[in-house]
Amino acid sequence: MNVTIVDYNSGNISSVINSFKEVVKDKVNIEVTSDLSKIKSSDKIVLPGQGSFKSCVDALNKINGLVDTLNEFAITNRKPLLGICVGLQMFADIGYEEIETKGLGWISGKVSKIDNQNGKYKLPHIGWNQINIVKESKILENIENNSHMYFVHSYEFIPNDKNVISATTDYSSNIVCSVEKENIFGTQFHPEKSDKIGLKVINNFINL
Amino acid sequence: MLKNRLIPCLDVKNGRVVKGINFVDLKDAGDPVEQAKIYSDGGADEICFLDITASNENRDTIYDVVEKTSKKCFVPLTVGGGVRSVDDINKLLNCGADKVSINTAAVQNHKVVENSSKKFGSQCIVVAIDAKKNEDRWEIFTHGGRNNTGINALEFAKKMEDSGAGELLITSMDRDGTQVGYDIDLMSKISSKVNIPIIASGGVGNLDHLVDGIKFGNASAVLAASIFHYGKYSVKEAKEYLNSKGIPVRI
Repeated sequence: MNVTIVDYNSGNISSVINSFKEVVKDKVNIEVTSDLSKIKSSDKIVLPGQGSFKSCVDALNKINGLVDTLNEFAITNRKPLLGICVGLQMFADIGYEEIETKGLGWISGKVSKIDNQNGKYKLPHIGWNQINIVKESKILENIENNSHMYFVHSYEFIPNDKNVISATTDYSSNIVCSVEKENIFGTQFHPEKSDKIGLKVINNFINL
Repeated sequence: MLKNRLIPCLDVKNGRVVKGINFVDLKDAGDPVEQAKIYSDGGADEICFLDITASNENRDTIYDVVEKTSKKCFVPLTVGGGVRSVDDINKLLNCGADKVSINTAAVQNHKVVENSSKKFGSQCIVVAIDAKKNEDRWEIFTHGGRNNTGINALEFAKKMEDSGAGELLITSMDRDGTQVGYDIDLMSKISSKVNIPIIASGGVGNLDHLVDGIKFGNASAVLAASIFHYGKYSVKEAKEYLNSKGIPVRI
């Protein structure tokens, strides 16, 4: 099996690479690339994302043909894809970080700033928070409800169809932190930084 | 609910841990990678490396340490000490650091904070503030606490938030190394001044000090170095103690 971590200059992805390599050992080939033909021929894709919604979308668009290739992979061919943090947020139609920016539009919805309730909640939402599993999801298999995951973000994904939500976390409101729509998966938390339990999420994705 | 974080810090010099934990089963007490792994296995919420390498020719040793650690520890890794430029930050992140803390360079030129948070995202930019009380205010010190800038720490904290820092690591120079506890007044004043999380540092001598930092200093995270040295307390004990005192922590 070939799993590709899409390297589109979205910031620091070394932790994602390290964690996937730790999980698969030598059984699965992990590619880190923006090479379109390699992405096309892989079995699974990981779409990381750090920084702002706008900077990530801009970085995707900067690589000629990348968005089309991702669309073909996830929408036409329905192959498994995991978005992490801003990688998940980009599934939305639109994001409001910096300026209004169009997303990939794979899961209808928007990305807005977390309501800090007049300074009651510090932003970014940084640290370990418990996840509330609201629906079965393949990537959350054997993950106990209320497990701790590591978060770092100031914006949240608000999907229109609540059926795609598999877990939420409580910070100011119930923030969507895991989604599943057919072959498309995403986590707002960082499985690569969530210790053993996070590696389990990665393992679940690998074993899909 | 979001938990408060406990962050053990390791001082690293020329690629080796200074004052590490001295466990009997430790093969190499000076190996930062092995020490970091003990902390993360014990439930550390993050690991912090402070590079105190003095000479420029040995600067690169930290990159090797970060690279090896990030392959063994799957909790966030913060690295600070001697970070001067966007280039330095880029190198550390590429080696596997999740956050980089900037101290002197942030005071000298806040554009470093602005540019790096724009380039890499606020989530990985920590500004480390070393402050010392002078009559009724706190002033910023740089160069490992050697230079007094006279800059008001509270105002500087706000400026760093506006420049794009994701977190502030506040060290009281008066308390650092004294083991009498955090400067609670300083922590709570900065915490109420800014809307980003603050990490309290400097002065921890016992586990109650950690409790105080969160309860009265309103810190989101507490950092300590020396109490974990020589196994005086383990990270696990510290977290269990915080939990027993009603502080929400990840157990």
